[in-house]
Amino acid sequence: MDLLEFARGPALQFAALVLVAGTLWRIVGIAFLGKKPDYSEPRGPGGLGAALKVIWTRAFTAEPFKKATLYPKIMAYVMHIGLFATIFLFTPHIVFFEGWMGLDWPGLPNNVIYFIGVATVVSGFALIIRRATSPVLKLISNFDDYFSWFVTMLPLVTGLLIPVRALFRYEDLLAIHILSVALLLIWLPFGKLGHTFLVFMTRGTTGMVFERRGAKT
Amino acid sequence: MTTVDGRHTIDREAERIAYKPPEVRHDKQGDMSTEERVEMAMRHFVKNFNTQTASYLDGCLHCGMCADACHYHVRTDDPRYTPIWKIELFKQAYKREVGPFAFFYRLFGFKKKVTVEQLEEWQHLLYDSCTVCGRCSLVCPMGIDIAGMVSMARHGMFKAGLIPHELHETAKKAAETGSPLGVTPEKFEERLEWMADEHEVDIPLNVEKADVLAVMSSIEIQKYPESMAATAKILNAAGESWTFRTDGYEATNFGMLSGNVEWQKEASMKLIDTAIKIGAKRLVLPECGHAYMAMRWMGANMYGKPLPFTVQHISEYLAEALNEGRIKVRKVDKSVTYHDPCQVSRRGGATQAARDVLKHLGVDFREMPNGGDYNWCCGGGGGVVTIKRADELRHRVFKLKMDQVESTEADELLSSCANCRQSFDDSQQHFNWSYKMGSLLETVAENLEEGKA
Repeated sequence: MDLLEFARGPALQFAALVLVAGTLWRIVGIAFLGKKPDYSEPRGPGGLGAALKVIWTRAFTAEPFKKATLYPKIMAYVMHIGLFATIFLFTPHIVFFEGWMGLDWPGLPNNVIYFIGVATVVSGFALIIRRATSPVLKLISNFDDYFSWFVTMLPLVTGLLIPVRALFRYEDLLAIHILSVALLLIWLPFGKLGHTFLVFMTRGTTGMVFERRGAKT
Repeated sequence: MTTVDGRHTIDREAERIAYKPPEVRHDKQGDMSTEERVEMAMRHFVKNFNTQTASYLDGCLHCGMCADACHYHVRTDDPRYTPIWKIELFKQAYKREVGPFAFFYRLFGFKKKVTVEQLEEWQHLLYDSCTVCGRCSLVCPMGIDIAGMVSMARHGMFKAGLIPHELHETAKKAAETGSPLGVTPEKFEERLEWMADEHEVDIPLNVEKADVLAVMSSIEIQKYPESMAATAKILNAAGESWTFRTDGYEATNFGMLSGNVEWQKEASMKLIDTAIKIGAKRLVLPECGHAYMAMRWMGANMYGKPLPFTVQHISEYLAEALNEGRIKVRKVDKSVTYHDPCQVSRRGGATQAARDVLKHLGVDFREMPNGGDYNWCCGGGGGVVTIKRADELRHRVFKLKMDQVESTEADELLSSCANCRQSFDDSQQHFNWSYKMGSLLETVAENLEEGKA
């Protein structure tokens, strides 16, 4: 078994297993703690609709905070949209997903994806520079913040290196790229990258609690 | 000649002449050992870890945006005032003791045990520099309610005997005498009689059965007694069957502010029991922000089941009575701006009520820039106004409020919270500021159209 076969086979399978098991463990661990019922008389509906509302609305910054949070917000938007496009709209990835799930969808031209990939990496560096220099972020950051950044950037950078084909053979570059994806999947459920699924819980909870009060969400 | 900042004295004994760092006060209550304090803090932090708090504590991205919403950080640029940092120990305890991966955190020492030194340091962050105003909760891209968790973290701090003395004493006084300012039932009755004479208004007291139970805050009873007369005028004009009661009159809840859940429950139950005893259909809360949070949103949970009566802030009552035409007011020919009490508006959901009242008053209403739900806090909420050592910082953050008010160029400033009013009065004196805060309730009472209700 060569490196590429290992990456495509056992490595990716193991990573997927850890991703699913870790995610379930974390969600169940949080849900298992339970919550006492709220007996206060509701002012507004606080059910699933309220949760979905805030899951959507909190993606946007309220007017009073726009100026102060402009830089990290723009960079975070570029980062997230960029990650989505590079993962799901890149034709070779779609081919991979098709082989796995039997579903396919139209992708973007490769050159567009390369451009988006570079923009995503730039936004990643803009965010990490902010983290390393802002007094607030320096204080509140920990290992998880830097390591999560590293494992997110690695597949992007290795992916962008594949078409360059410098230094390494194509097969080796691809294997390294897939292994970096495996590392990302393995780490995702445990650290801050868990916000991929936790965002629905945090925003949803706030939606249910504060919409019920009729308060600002 | 340059003057030396008087807050810092010169240390002439040091090897190099240097400023002596200002003494930091870490207050302690009780005779617990260091270990006991940590143990108590942990135990009562853990009690608050449920699905809601766990998702919040697990979900933080460390993006730091909450710093931009916090008046303490905005005015000082001190990173310690980043709201999420204020609950760092709470988070540390969660990850180490309860979180889904707590086992690994403990095994590999990823999260250290919280120490008493940390708890002492955080006393300043959880009490002196957080008014639980919740502005940070609105900026968080994950939607994390940081302010709610500051309140919960205070539970552990109280049990560990690590809260500011002034707030502890105030809360203790409230638990012992029923009022944070020592307003006994006799004193309350005396002041009601005084107001009834002064304003020639009937103030029903200790009526056995009534539809409405009206309650007051000690701040009003002692500092702004006109509020009692104003409440009476309005409830009389609306034709309510109502009463004040000497067995349940104190709406403030310093148990909640200090972090003592037992005291919080006792204070809430006093009002709940009284309202049930007289068969009240409605409990009308006074102009007090935290009283609204304590009773409107937490009261039933203290009771353990839904309350058999509705709970309203006085501004909600006024809006309803005016909207339904049960009371009428004369037009007030002035420009007015309104300061939203955080617990009533942003966190309580009653933002519109005051605006309805102002509309009926026919004033030229001037909303503050970023007003309403995004309003800057007065700086005195969450018990901060009681903490003397926090005065300097409180005055510093009040500048934001001053700028917000001044930019409206309104003739008058109104609000509907006696605690905010107290903070404003104190800061007004401190800065010799031209704006004096007025009361929405008193403004309505002064402009009631008698006999036309």
